[in-house]
Amino acid sequence: MKIIVLVKEVPDTYGERKLDLETGLADRAASEPVLDEIGERALEVALSHADKNEAEVVVMSMAPERAATTIRKGLAMGAASAVQIADMGLAGADLGLTARTLAAGIRKTGFDLVIAGNLSTDGSGGVLPAMLAELLEVPNLTALSTVEIAADSVSGTRTTDDGTMSLSAPLPAVISITEALPDARFPNFKGIMAAKKKPFETLTTSDVGVDPQDLSVAASIMTAITEKPPRSAGVKITDEGDGGTKIAEFLIENRLA
Amino acid sequence: MTDYAADSILVLLEVTPTGALAKSAAGLLGAASLVGTPAALVVTGAGQAQAIAEQAAAAGAERVLTVETDAASAQLTVPLADALATAVAAVSPDAVLISNSIEGRDVAGRFAARTGAALAVDAVGLSRDEEGIIAHHSVYGGAYNVDSAATFGTLVVTVRQGAVDARAEARPVVVETLEPQASGRAAASIDSFEAVTATSTRPELRGATKVVSGGRGLGSAENFALVEQLADTLGAAIGASRAAVDAGYIPQSHQVGQTGVSVSPQLYVALGISGAIQHKAGMQTAKTIVAVNKDPDAPIFEVADFGVVGDVFTIVPQLIRALDERKK
Repeated sequence: MKIIVLVKEVPDTYGERKLDLETGLADRAASEPVLDEIGERALEVALSHADKNEAEVVVMSMAPERAATTIRKGLAMGAASAVQIADMGLAGADLGLTARTLAAGIRKTGFDLVIAGNLSTDGSGGVLPAMLAELLEVPNLTALSTVEIAADSVSGTRTTDDGTMSLSAPLPAVISITEALPDARFPNFKGIMAAKKKPFETLTTSDVGVDPQDLSVAASIMTAITEKPPRSAGVKITDEGDGGTKIAEFLIENRLA
Repeated sequence: MTDYAADSILVLLEVTPTGALAKSAAGLLGAASLVGTPAALVVTGAGQAQAIAEQAAAAGAERVLTVETDAASAQLTVPLADALATAVAAVSPDAVLISNSIEGRDVAGRFAARTGAALAVDAVGLSRDEEGIIAHHSVYGGAYNVDSAATFGTLVVTVRQGAVDARAEARPVVVETLEPQASGRAAASIDSFEAVTATSTRPELRGATKVVSGGRGLGSAENFALVEQLADTLGAAIGASRAAVDAGYIPQSHQVGQTGVSVSPQLYVALGISGAIQHKAGMQTAKTIVAVNKDPDAPIFEVADFGVVGDVFTIVPQLIRALDERKK
């Protein structure tokens, strides 16, 4: 079985994240780039299956060339190979172009199962898994909090505000997982050394047969961007035995209680 | 063939697995009414369309397109995407609005990928200029405001739940039955559904006007009851930091922040929450923030309108007593 895990380099949410107000693009130099945690958990789902079963795990990412170091972490964790689709033409790609590019890369690589995180921490779009399933003409099982991978099928549960749903589909399929699934393993020294020898394929858009400049397809474009002034601190007092009363007064004064 | 208004906005209204109109409906129709004439699409089980259509009209839909099928409760996403594709072909709307829920995002994703339509996700507002519909977004935890638009064609927009306050006026019920064209796309099966039975009288976190959240500072699941008591006194929903969720004080569905629910309430009370950037990303757009923490250097105080440095276990009971006394 071949499992493709989609991973993404994102600005670390533990630091400040910036958008370039000129171009509207993420300012990648402003923050520490890391592998998105939810993608690591998706990789853990694949690796823990591969630990006990016959399965080849490939990490795939669409990202600028310099993200290769970040993607390599997936190899150090245990993926057998990596595919990076890097192309200047993809800078600022909207969801449609991203989906077409990744779907083409997935088709080229070949797959039985695609695993993604449910939401990235930077874009928080949460739509790519369904878009990929549509383009690859396979079922989507999204936002799973439990996953069972069998030889020819995949199943799992999705929990929403309304209740819990049990889902299943024959393979091939695209699934996305939530952070209810276990934390990812840490790459050990042996894994980091082994990663250097593992196949790392870098593809351009023409390698996968996608034209990023195709104007005949509608795209979503950013028309304006502004930075909100940072929220300023208000009153801070130290409790002198009447802290609770003071809050009550504040709430009543502001008609919040 | 019926004529639809030239400025039609097609709204996909979600029907819950138990057959009710989802709460997101009023906000979606409200948002649509700001930029055009709202037409609604509802996909229901057999015999349920009329009742749901009446609710949709009451919430402001000028026309209600109905599809009665049992496929949507047996198969994931594809039946809804097929119904939407048929409805869009009939209405030719300027935009399609869908709730930014799990299922809403999936339907939006499949539809946009299938038709090559431009997709704008997690919008918090909409407007219209001479070139068409513009979606407004609040990104990086509310640090930036971004507008987006389609280069051409229908813009598909998922709208953040609880973000739009506008409500549309009730309209007379005009129903149109739609026969969706099946795409034949492979879909996952919905093998079973178990509805949440615990009916809480507390407001839901998403879209709540007041939220009381607790963090690691509460120390234990038992102590988390203090958060619940204050929430009940204020009529607020209950939230939590990731630290409190990871420590097992409260289920993940209450998590506020980057990887949990994003809230923009009138009042946000943070108890024993340090205010890591990831937490702030989910709540710093609240109108008023009150924080109690024993650490005077906790980052939560940087965004709090009113902060008290001290012990939650003495301050919060005193606060509850003071609010209770006022009620008498």
